[in-house]
Amino acid sequence: MAQYKLQINGRSYEADVDADTPLLWVLRDNFGLVGTKYGCGIAQCGACTVHLNGNAVRSCSLPVSAVGSGKVTTIEGLSANGDHPVQLAWDEVDVAQCGYCQAGQIMSATALLNKKSKPSAEEIEAAMNGNICRCGTYHRIKEAIVVASSKMK
Amino acid sequence: MKIAATAGGGLLLGFHWGSSEASTIQLVGAVADDINFNSYLSISPEGVITIFSPNPELGQNIKTSFPMIVAEELDADWSKVKVVQAVLDTKKYERQVTGGSGAVPHSWERLRKAGATARHMLIEAAAKRWGVPSTSLTAENSFVIDKAGNRKLSYGELATEASSITVPADVKLKALKDFKLIGTAVRNVDNKDMITGKPLYGMDFYREGMLTAMIQRPAFGMKLKSFDGAAAKAMPGIVDVVSYKNNVAVVGKSTWQINKARKALKIEYEPEGAIESTADHDKLFKDLLTNGQATVRRKDGDVDAAFKSAAKVITREYQCPFLSHSPMEPMNFFAHVREDGVELVGPTQTPDRARMDVAKLVNMFPDNVTVELTRLGGGFGRRLQADYVVEAAELSRLLKAPVKVIWTREDDLGGGSYRPAVRYRFDAALDANGNLVGYKLRGVGINAGNCTREDNFPSGAVDNLLIDTVEHKSPITTGPWRAPITNFLAFAEQSFLDEVALAAKKDPVKFRLDLLDRAKTSPVGAIKYDIDRMKGVIQMAVEKSGWGTKTNLAQGFSVYFSHRSYVAQVAEVEMKKGKPSLKKIYAVADCGVVVNLSGARQQVTGGIVDGLGHAMYGNLTFKDGAAEQKNFNTYRLIRMKEIPEVECHFVNNGIDPTGLGEPALPPTGGAVANAYFKATGKRLYNQPFSLQEELKGVTLGEKL
Repeated sequence: MAQYKLQINGRSYEADVDADTPLLWVLRDNFGLVGTKYGCGIAQCGACTVHLNGNAVRSCSLPVSAVGSGKVTTIEGLSANGDHPVQLAWDEVDVAQCGYCQAGQIMSATALLNKKSKPSAEEIEAAMNGNICRCGTYHRIKEAIVVASSKMK
Repeated sequence: MKIAATAGGGLLLGFHWGSSEASTIQLVGAVADDINFNSYLSISPEGVITIFSPNPELGQNIKTSFPMIVAEELDADWSKVKVVQAVLDTKKYERQVTGGSGAVPHSWERLRKAGATARHMLIEAAAKRWGVPSTSLTAENSFVIDKAGNRKLSYGELATEASSITVPADVKLKALKDFKLIGTAVRNVDNKDMITGKPLYGMDFYREGMLTAMIQRPAFGMKLKSFDGAAAKAMPGIVDVVSYKNNVAVVGKSTWQINKARKALKIEYEPEGAIESTADHDKLFKDLLTNGQATVRRKDGDVDAAFKSAAKVITREYQCPFLSHSPMEPMNFFAHVREDGVELVGPTQTPDRARMDVAKLVNMFPDNVTVELTRLGGGFGRRLQADYVVEAAELSRLLKAPVKVIWTREDDLGGGSYRPAVRYRFDAALDANGNLVGYKLRGVGINAGNCTREDNFPSGAVDNLLIDTVEHKSPITTGPWRAPITNFLAFAEQSFLDEVALAAKKDPVKFRLDLLDRAKTSPVGAIKYDIDRMKGVIQMAVEKSGWGTKTNLAQGFSVYFSHRSYVAQVAEVEMKKGKPSLKKIYAVADCGVVVNLSGARQQVTGGIVDGLGHAMYGNLTFKDGAAEQKNFNTYRLIRMKEIPEVECHFVNNGIDPTGLGEPALPPTGGAVANAYFKATGKRLYNQPFSLQEELKGVTLGEKL
């Protein structure tokens, strides 16, 4: 066990956990930030996607000891009132079915749009292919990314 | 039907699901004796309309569609409706199940009456206050309006007075043409919570003092021989290692520490039943198809004579593997077994089953077991089982503490209640004119029960028909998987009919329509599907897809009736650089009245993606009683790059809703396989398609 100081959603958090504890479980078990989901634990489904210094990462496979002073953003920190353009687009297009994977989808989509504000269809597919949606909402995810892209400055 | 003025004023309306008659009505006090209540809505003096949604929400959109139906007849301002997930209360709500695409068909009229009754009483209350006849008043957007007097009163202002109005014995429902909300695209009521990461799911449930547990379970056919949990128990953060029945549970506070300690368990298992592998099943299927003890499901005419005198006989076999449900949220449940009762919280499609099974376990009355429903991160039938709920209760009882049981993805794939593996043999007899004069279907399933749907099309259209099944009992647990049985049967049947049509030298659509005409004009035995509705979706699919008019695309057709609804699909494959590329799937659904257009499109599009993904990739195999695929790296699910364009249409014929959670899935495999055949000349007989020789080198979504 060791003490880790993490920068999450613009705040400072501390946890006394094993060095190999994945960031996912620190977020969920230690900080109560349960918007980030467990789906597979081996970086195959993307449900646990968060941003580390702006990049989409799978928090289920990222040991807390590797986070360092990096800036972590989770779905809870994407916007203060749920009004980030990507969140608004997800609502407008009515993307979710069961909704469990959608936080991860939104985090992947946001990381993409932050790097490339007008991605092509191929770029969207490439960036989102690591996120599984078991309900099959892929068509609407694509549509929502296009809508979000038009909303972002 | 019961009415109560709520403690803070306002209107509380209960309506009885058990009876379609709203005749037994009485006024009750603020603390209602609600024995006969089954669901209700309330209106506060501030005008907030609260609608309780009793059924488990797993993505089928019931939490939005049910309240829409109430709000429609109530003429409520939807933007002011608050939807609340009800806890399990079968005395109030009767049917709190998510399964069989049955919720809207079951509750359609009752929900409408609930809204219409409240609307009637609000209008009567306004008429009384203004001293005008109620017939001169109308309602809109949560207001009662007196057009002549140029005045209006809000539902909130009228709620308390309305509660003292005599409840009408019968109430007039709206004409379909007057619907304002039903049939429109209404966004999911949980959108905001889902997109901001609020704790909605069972996995997100935490309670002070709660222990977390993971369980090591034996492979199928094995039992626990011995275990040594000392090393695991000595690891940091581990509270206990306990064993019950054939399971060993590691208990602690931190999910990661438990997961690590679990790997330090030393467990020995020994056989207690048959230890089966997929290779054995493949051999068994072939043997049982010929030599198995069959149960006859339907028999019309004389098949032996028909096949003896046939001009042509076509025989084909189709096989599918086991499938895991793999909802994105793995199994989990919270239980707190106390001296005086049990508290259960979590995701389940059948909360009442969870309660009953736990009541039996702890030997208490079901009334002493409460079930709070979280949102479900998918279900697909897996959460119709209560095994994981009972586990939580079992551990809570053992440890005398509140416990949440969490399954890992590996646990979920290895401890499923799988879609059974099935093999079918179809035989068709054609006469010299290409008429289908004989039809046989035998299904062999592993714990599949009746793996046919003996009264489905083409039964009723063929003079001589025999449908029977052979069952193999296995320790591998199986259960309903979205569109049970038909999720594979539809592919096999629709592929076979395509091949028979070709042998009969008929267009596959014309072949089906001729059979339907035959069933209409001279039915053979009982007809248990609606011929006109089936023809309706076929004809609309022909029109929307331009069936038979496209020279650059190979089209494949499929139509299926399941869970009361009818869906036809046309898949389009384009040959590019010598490879078939699946471009598009058209779907036409007749589910009666479409309640929520947004949700309905989701169910059809999602059902197609689900059906395509599992037909293409779904493959769970067993070696010595254990599932060989442990996680999503080897158990493949469809991804974004692989989806074709989907275009869906609804017949929307005004028939009362007939369910949509499942019916769009079954036709997809057949439409796609038939299109691939049209494009390549190669037939697919077995799933998963991606592993078949016929599709070697073909990748969904490949940019050619």
